[in-house]
Amino acid sequence: MRDIDYKDKGGVLNPLKNLSFFGRKAVTVPLEPRPASANYRGFHLNDWETCIGCSTCQKVCDNAAITMVRIPDLPEDPVQGIRNLRPAIDYGRCCWCALCVDLCPTGSISLSREYVHTCLDSELDSYFVLPDAKGIHGTPYPKGWAKSEDADLVALERERMEELEPAERIGHFQEIVAGYDSNQAIIEASRCVQCGMCFDACPTHMNAPEYIRAIWKGDPEQAVREIYRTNPFAHTCGRVCTHRCEDACSVGHRGTPIAIRWLKRYAMDAVDHERVKAIAAEGKARFLSGKRVAVVGAGPAGLTAAFDLIKQGHEVTVLEAQAKAGGMVRYGIPDYRMPPDRIDRDVDVITSLGVKIQYQTRVGKDVTMAELERDYDAVILTIGLWMGRSTRIPGSDSPRVKRAVTLLRDVADQVKVSIPASVIVIGGGNVAMDVARTVARLQKQTFGAVKVTVTALEDLEHFLADPQEIKEAREEGIEILDARGPQEILFKPRKYEVDKVHGLRTWRVLSIFDDQGRFAPRYDEADEQIHEGEMVIEAIGQAAEVDLLGEDLTERLEWMRGRLKVDGQGRTNLPWLWAAGDMVLGPDVVSAVADGHRVAASINTYLSIQEDAA
Amino acid sequence: MRPENYEAQRQPPSHEYELNIGPNHPGIEGNYAFKLRLHGDTVLEGKADAGYLHRGFEKLMEGRLWIQNLAITPRICVPDPVPMEVSYVLAVEELCGLEVPERAQWLRVLQLELSRIAAHLFTFGGHAATTGMYSTMFWGMADRDLVLDLFEELTGGRVYHIYNIPGGVRRDIPDGFLDRVKRTLDYLESRLPDYDNLLFTNQVFVQRAKGVGTMSREQALEWGVTGPNLRATGLKFDVRRDDPYLVYEDLEFEIPSEEAGDAWARTLVRRKELVESIRIARQVVAALPKIRGTIRCPIPNPLAWSVPAGSAYTRVESSKGELAWYVVSNGGERPYRTHVRGPSQMHAVQVLEKLSVGARLEDIAQTMFSLDACPPEVDR
Repeated sequence: MRDIDYKDKGGVLNPLKNLSFFGRKAVTVPLEPRPASANYRGFHLNDWETCIGCSTCQKVCDNAAITMVRIPDLPEDPVQGIRNLRPAIDYGRCCWCALCVDLCPTGSISLSREYVHTCLDSELDSYFVLPDAKGIHGTPYPKGWAKSEDADLVALERERMEELEPAERIGHFQEIVAGYDSNQAIIEASRCVQCGMCFDACPTHMNAPEYIRAIWKGDPEQAVREIYRTNPFAHTCGRVCTHRCEDACSVGHRGTPIAIRWLKRYAMDAVDHERVKAIAAEGKARFLSGKRVAVVGAGPAGLTAAFDLIKQGHEVTVLEAQAKAGGMVRYGIPDYRMPPDRIDRDVDVITSLGVKIQYQTRVGKDVTMAELERDYDAVILTIGLWMGRSTRIPGSDSPRVKRAVTLLRDVADQVKVSIPASVIVIGGGNVAMDVARTVARLQKQTFGAVKVTVTALEDLEHFLADPQEIKEAREEGIEILDARGPQEILFKPRKYEVDKVHGLRTWRVLSIFDDQGRFAPRYDEADEQIHEGEMVIEAIGQAAEVDLLGEDLTERLEWMRGRLKVDGQGRTNLPWLWAAGDMVLGPDVVSAVADGHRVAASINTYLSIQEDAA
Repeated sequence: MRPENYEAQRQPPSHEYELNIGPNHPGIEGNYAFKLRLHGDTVLEGKADAGYLHRGFEKLMEGRLWIQNLAITPRICVPDPVPMEVSYVLAVEELCGLEVPERAQWLRVLQLELSRIAAHLFTFGGHAATTGMYSTMFWGMADRDLVLDLFEELTGGRVYHIYNIPGGVRRDIPDGFLDRVKRTLDYLESRLPDYDNLLFTNQVFVQRAKGVGTMSREQALEWGVTGPNLRATGLKFDVRRDDPYLVYEDLEFEIPSEEAGDAWARTLVRRKELVESIRIARQVVAALPKIRGTIRCPIPNPLAWSVPAGSAYTRVESSKGELAWYVVSNGGERPYRTHVRGPSQMHAVQVLEKLSVGARLEDIAQTMFSLDACPPEVDR
């Protein structure tokens, strides 16, 4: 580059050297339209098919330019995590920073390569535009600034959870999952975009965004407070909840959902138990209503209702047939998933508020329903599903064929159960996995080897059990066979005693339901297999043991397809009787908790009205 | 900032008159008024009035998440927005202790130097315009647009790039981008003789600009002058060399300076800095293919980001002088306080007021533009 001394050289005629420019074209002409660059931050595009209406774009928008607009024609499904909201942009406020793009959990939003906004005269007053996949003018422009790995601000990967290795965990019933430490919990919590999809999806509408936020602020006590607003089975749900929140989590659309369940568990474990009790007692009524409520069954639904009612000032007595409270959570879920000391804590919080539990009191035997009707202002039936269903295939009535719930209860009660070296489980749900894995552990302890075969009607794609459960069961050496329909239990004749189980004959399943959606399995008889095993366990579903009601009450109650008929608030057709939990809804802990709240609210209203009338 | 708000109105004597320059006039790059008291065409007193472009950015930033503030920072100075971005993210990175990947640092330097080129083309074009030489200004603006094309490709925005993010940058270079940078730099360099003919060796301009708005080195230091304005008084102070940030230590460049301290010297320093910036940009273009790796270190979820408590003062050399963000965090999700140390605050208020005393009316616009002040940066 030449270097001139500007001070000395040059004169007044120097500019004339540039006269040649008169012969050149001006740089401004021609101004041909050209596309903006590939990364240009133009106007918004939003793919409505991908967008789930989570409103994260609205949250990160620094000028509050985004408003979520409800589009009634679009589907809305809280369980799937889809809202029919779509972002509308106020271009009077937008500053085109594209943070909405970079933080969009699904990647639906992007900016186009459109330079200029033109509109009709009639639209002149409005900068407020609802962009869809075609942009804001209805004429498609190519994508400019879109989701890229470089600029993605969503943390897609879940913080790793320490777990016992299969070889390590199979020998005992200790908990598999280690839980987060405070550092991990804060990192995991900080991934949350606070969209609230989890809140919508949760049956009991837990304030998950709030407690996650409290955890990332390093305040587990506040998290516990948020948790207890909606769920007194916090330890339980922190471990074995079916976590619909995580299925709906917006981060899960491209990555792994936030570990909401583990975060709840972290908060509960991080706070001292006495503190938890104090927090749970916040807001308890300081008066007594003088009303008495009886709850039949100390499971999640019953105790949740008891928790609510005692806080509202009513006197609550829970009648429990077993020696300990917790219901199916204690007697149906193996210890490696749900340690009993945590159930004790949940129960302890509830009893510390004044709920009385009468253990080993079986309604129908020790006390009758008629007595309850007489002595209490309201009664809640939360008796769960304790009777295992049978396949009713030939041989299933043998005493050598066990039901999963019975076996799990015996193990939980530490009754001596003799398990042979090879076992067949019929069923493909979570209970089947629970029983298979429990049996596997017992086998490992007794024989040093695992031989459990699970046969399920469903094929792997439609399995009812959690994928995680299936994966872990397989890791522990359990054989899982899908699409096998049980036909007959085979016996080896013995001379003196009852026959000994030899195996199970199955056919391959072609389809399970008929055209009307009724249960009518079709089999491929040519594909027959015989699975060898010395014991068969049926884990194909449970039913409620309703005989405790007594004949008279059973007559007076309305039933629907074998289940007690209740309205939306859990009321039966008798004014003093409510029913909730698994016996009404089918098995699910968190739904039972939600149902407990529901009946408690209904009973509270009922008792208040009664009071007014009196 | 309005003078009438802090000073009682005075009636000028009968031989004096008041003249209000601005708030819109070609002497400065934004809305800005300069109130003169004159006797004939000699200026007796000048009062800067910056209050026409107050957007309350510093206050606004206290109410926004750390990352939302990225969109505000470049808007503080339109002609040279990049140092604003870089300085802010450097401050946040310092508070968080983030390690910025090397490639991102080189990309930031490229962006900073391209921005300096664009800003200088704007400024000496503008200075020429204040003396009536509009061709230079048109050329400057047209050539600046070529740099903006590069910005559009690299950052997605022509003026407000919002390209930097605490921890790195938001995009890597597109395919073939470095070739296009090279071509644009070659073109800009080839244009320099044209600019020289039209302006820098044109005695009409040289004689007009010499001796206007002169300040001594001592005055400059006393008044807090930095950047090309300070270097035009002979002091070779440049943050890039004297307090290096990013990868400036690894780059070769000169610090041009002049002795005279007048409008001519200031513009000439900019002309020479343009050459140095082209030189730096070329080094970055040559080095970038060899520097691989990520362009951003992992950062927390923006919605959850709490920056550790503390304060950071990070200065960079903008085209106008030393620019810094002072950022205070109380450990929250939003800054507790932010403050811009903008060079224009000194240049457009105290320096201009002092330099205008005794100057002639026709030189005022020239003095203003040669100080290269940016009004939005004066009153944030």
